Amino acid sequence: MRALDIKLFRDLIRLWAQALAIALVVGGGVATLLLAVGSYRSLDETRIAYYERYGFGDVFATVRRAPKGLVSRIAEIPGVVAVDARIAKFALLDIPGFSEPATGMVISLPEIGEPPLNRLYMRVGRTPDPSREEDVVVNENFAEAHRFTLGSSFAAILNGRKRDLTIVGIALSPEYIYAVGPGDIIPDGHRFGIVWMSERALASAYDLKNAFSSVSLKLLPGTSERETTTRLDALLDRYGGRAAYGRKDQISHAWLDHELDMLNNMSRTLPPIFLLVSAFLVNLTLSRLVSLEREQIGLLKALGYRNASIVLHYLKFVGIIALIGIAIGSAVGTWLGAYMTNLLAGFFRFPFLVFVKNPDLYVIAGALSLFAAMVGALRALREVVALAPAVAMQPTAPPSFRSVLPASVSMAGFVSQPTTMMVRNITSHPIRSLFTTLGMALATAILIVSLFLGGTMEQLIDVTYFLADRQDATVSFFEKRPREVAFQIARLPGVLTAEPYREVPVRIRNGHIERRIIIRARPRDAELNRIIDADLRPVVLPESGLAISAMLARILKVQIGDTVEVDLLDGERRTVLFPVAALVEDYLGIRGMMDQEALAKLLREAPMANSVNVSLDGSRQDEFYAALKAMPVVSSLSLHASSLANFRNVTALIITTMASIYTGLAAVIAFGVVYNSARVSLSERARELASLRVLGFTRAEVLRILLLELALLTLIAQPPGWAMGYGLAWIMRTNLAGELMRVRLVVEPATYVFASAIVIAAAVFSALIVRKRVNQFDLVAVLKTRD
Amino acid sequence: MTEKVFAAYDLTKTYVSGETQVHALRGVNLEISAGEVIVLLGPSGSGKSTLLNIMGGLDHATSGELSFKDLRLTDLDDRGLTSYRRRHVGFVFQFYNLIPSLTAYENVALVTEIADDPMRPEEALALVGLEPRMHHFPAQLSGGEQQRVAIARAIAKRPEVLLCDEPTGALDSRTGVRVIDALMKVNAELGTTTVIITHNAIIQEVAHRVLFFSDGQISKAITNEARRAVAELQW
Repeated sequence: MRALDIKLFRDLIRLWAQALAIALVVGGGVATLLLAVGSYRSLDETRIAYYERYGFGDVFATVRRAPKGLVSRIAEIPGVVAVDARIAKFALLDIPGFSEPATGMVISLPEIGEPPLNRLYMRVGRTPDPSREEDVVVNENFAEAHRFTLGSSFAAILNGRKRDLTIVGIALSPEYIYAVGPGDIIPDGHRFGIVWMSERALASAYDLKNAFSSVSLKLLPGTSERETTTRLDALLDRYGGRAAYGRKDQISHAWLDHELDMLNNMSRTLPPIFLLVSAFLVNLTLSRLVSLEREQIGLLKALGYRNASIVLHYLKFVGIIALIGIAIGSAVGTWLGAYMTNLLAGFFRFPFLVFVKNPDLYVIAGALSLFAAMVGALRALREVVALAPAVAMQPTAPPSFRSVLPASVSMAGFVSQPTTMMVRNITSHPIRSLFTTLGMALATAILIVSLFLGGTMEQLIDVTYFLADRQDATVSFFEKRPREVAFQIARLPGVLTAEPYREVPVRIRNGHIERRIIIRARPRDAELNRIIDADLRPVVLPESGLAISAMLARILKVQIGDTVEVDLLDGERRTVLFPVAALVEDYLGIRGMMDQEALAKLLREAPMANSVNVSLDGSRQDEFYAALKAMPVVSSLSLHASSLANFRNVTALIITTMASIYTGLAAVIAFGVVYNSARVSLSERARELASLRVLGFTRAEVLRILLLELALLTLIAQPPGWAMGYGLAWIMRTNLAGELMRVRLVVEPATYVFASAIVIAAAVFSALIVRKRVNQFDLVAVLKTRD
Repeated sequence: MTEKVFAAYDLTKTYVSGETQVHALRGVNLEISAGEVIVLLGPSGSGKSTLLNIMGGLDHATSGELSFKDLRLTDLDDRGLTSYRRRHVGFVFQFYNLIPSLTAYENVALVTEIADDPMRPEEALALVGLEPRMHHFPAQLSGGEQQRVAIARAIAKRPEVLLCDEPTGALDSRTGVRVIDALMKVNAELGTTTVIITHNAIIQEVAHRVLFFSDGQISKAITNEARRAVAELQW
C-alpha cells in the first residue's frame, strides 16, 4: 500500500486549504463540547471539594436570640452531625472615602479554634484576637473593592453604636461564594461585605452573651431536610426563630447553583448542536470531495485494486482530516475550557481549582466527528465503487437537465445563458443544492444561537431595571417598621418620592410542589416598583389575591384563578389559601406580590414595611447618604444604578464572553462550510468553466457563473437559517430558564443581520480565493486531460 | 501462436445513458491468440472501446460470452473481474491516466505493489526508456513520456494481455512512434498479447491482424502477412 499512502499524503498536501477548512469545522464542534462540558465539570468538582473541605452547612436558620444551651438539643436532632451556632447580624458600614452607606454581614468566630462549619479560607492575615475587639476579618471581594489591606480600618454601626474596626485578615467562605447584599442580585464588594469578628466582641455589642442568632447544621447523607427543618423550627420558635431552610434557599448556594446550572444547560444545548452541525457539514463536504475522485477511483479499479483497498484509502484520507480537526479542536477546546474555568473561578473566588480531566469527552467528540467523516466518505464511495471502472473513468454522463419552464416559454431573451446555466445547475441537482443550502443555513443558525444571548440580556435589563423597578435606591431596615416610616424617609434630603413595601418569607404550595419565596406587599398604585405582565405592560395589583411570577406559576402548575396554599413564615405562622390573581413577567427570582393592606389583614397587624423605595434628586445624593448613615434603624441601602452596573459587569460579562467564544467557533464553522462549498463546486465544474473560457468568455464572465450560484445559494440559505437559529435559540432559552434567572426569547434584528453578515463575509472571502483559481485555469490542460 | 487467449461469441452491450439507449456492441464474434498484436480500427462510437473495456474486465457485457483462456469473463462478478484485471491485464489509455500526485516511479509501483510476480518499477521504466526521468511527476513529463510511464505501469506486472485505447491519440508523430515502439518491444520481449485501438490507420501495419469496426460489429478483418518495422512508421 506504499504508493497509495504516498498518494494520500500528497493529496492532503495538494488539498491542504480545503482539508484545513474541514478540519476547522470538526475542530469547532469538538472544541465547543470540551469547552462547555469541561469548564462546567471542573467548576462543579471545585465547588464540591470547596464545600467538603470548608464544611459548608446543609440547613440554616436565624433566630432573634437563642441560648447556647439549645445547641446540644439541636445536635440531638436525628441525622445532625455538626452544629455551628453563632451571632450573625446586618450592620451599616461607614467606609472612609466612600459616601454611600455600605452593608456588612457581621459574623462571630469562636474564640478558640475554627468554627465547626462554614470555615474560613484565609487569603492573608490571621483570625481576630479575642482580646482585641477591633480585630476583623473581611471577605476578599469587599477588601479588593475598597483596596483594603491588612491594617486598613473602617467603621460599623453595631447595634446603634459606631465602632472602629481594623482588618487583620482577608478570607473566603463557602457560605459567601456569591456574597450578595440585601436587595441586590449581584455581589457588589463596594456596598456589601462580610465581616468576621471574635464572638466576645460581637456578643457584647449585641448583648448576646451565651446566645446565638444564627445556626447551621451539617446532616448525615440521606437525612430528610424537611424533617430536620421542622424539628429545628420547633426548637427555635420560642426564641424568635425564622423558618429554617436548606441549601436550595441559601442565597450564595442558590446563585452558584444557578450559574453552574446555566453553564451545564449551555453545555448540554450548544455543544450537541455544534457537534451535530459540524458532523453534518463534514459529512457533506467530504462526500463531495470524494465524489471528485471518481476518475482516480475508476483508474485504481482498472489497475486491479480491490474495492476494499480503495475504500480504505479514502477512509484514511477523510480519517486524517478528521483527526487533524479533532486534534485542533481538542487543543483549542482544552485551552478555552481552562480559560473559561479560570474566568468563572475568579468571579466566584474559589480558593483553589479542581481541573477535571475528561477522557470521555475527547472520545465522544472524536468518535462522533470521525464517524461523520467516514460516513460522508462512504456515502460517496458507495456510488463510485459500484460503477464499472470503465464508467467510473469517464467523466460523469451529462445529467439530464430539464427546463424549469415549459418548452414553449423560453428563458432566452429574459435572462442570459450564464444565468440559465446557473438556474439549471441548481435545479438539476436538487439534493446537492438543498444540502449546500442547508449547510449554509446551519452556519447562520449556530451564529444566531451564539449571538442572541446578548440581546436577551439587554431585554432583561430593560424590563427589570427600567420597566419594573424604577426606584433610584432602596432603604431597608433591621426590623419591620410601621409603613409611616416612608414619610420619615421622604423627608430626608434629596428624596423625591418614597414608597414602602413589606416582604415576608412564605412557603407556597400546590399539591406536592412547594417553593420557598418572598411575598412583597406594596401600595396598590406603587409607581416606583411596578408589576409587568406578559405583554410588558404595567398592571395594577388586584385588591385581593396574589400575583406571582409567571415562572412560579409554571413550576406550581397553576393558572390565574387557581388556589395555592401559603405557609406564612413570619410572625404568626399560619397556612392560608390564596387565589392566584395575576401573573408577573419577571426574569430574576420567583416571588409573590400583593396589596399591603391585604397582607396586613392577613398577618393581623397594622401595615408595616421593611424597606422603602425612593427616587432621588441626583444632585443631593451625598446629603441623602449622610442622613441615612445617621439612622440606626437602617440596615442597608441598595442603589439601582450600581446594581445595574454590577449586573452588566458580571453576569453580562460572563454571558458575553461565552457568547463571543461560541460566536468565534460558529464563525470558523461557517467559514469552513462556505469555503468548501465554493471550492468543491469549482472542481466539479472546472471542465465546463474552462470550456466557456475556450469559447471566448472572459474570466469575469466565467467567475460570475460560478459565484452567482454561490451567492444565490448563500442568500437562499439565510431565511431558513434565521428560522433554524430562532428555533435553536428557543431550545437554548428553554433549557436555560431557571428559578433565579430566565430570559424572554428576543432575537434582535441586528442578530439576524450580524449572523448573515458573517456567513456572507465568509462567502465573499471564499469567492476571492476561487477567483484566483479561475484566473489560473490552464485551459488546454483542463480540456485535454481527464485527471 | 496457437493458444487462444480471448474468445467472444455474440457479445452485445447496451448502454442506458440518460433517457436514450445506445447499442455499443451488436453481436461480436472474435478469437485472439497468445502473443498476437491486434489493431482495432473504426470510427468513433463503432464499439472498439466498449469491446476493449469488456475484454479488460472494466465493464460487463449485456449478453453473449467472452472467455479469457478458461475463464469465462461474462460469468464473473465484480470481485472476479477485479482479480482478473489484477493478475492478467495491463491497460494503456489515451489520456495516460497517471495519478498526478505520484512520480513516474510511484505510479508504476502502484501496480507492482499489488501484483503477484512484477518486475521492479525501474525495470519497467527502463523497458520504455524512461529510467532517467523516473522521479518526475506527471506534470513534469511530456505527453509521450507520460504515455510511456503508463505503458511501464501496464506491463510492470507482466500481464498476459495489454489493452491500449488510443495510446498515441494525444501525441505527435515522433512521440507516437516511440510509444508504439515501446509496445512492440514489450510484445517481442514478453510475448504479451496486445490489443490496440487507434484512429491512426498507419499503426495497423505493425499488427498481426487488423479488425475494422462499424456500428457495433466487426465489419472486416485483415491479417498482415508482412508486418512493418516500427522505425518505418511515419504519419
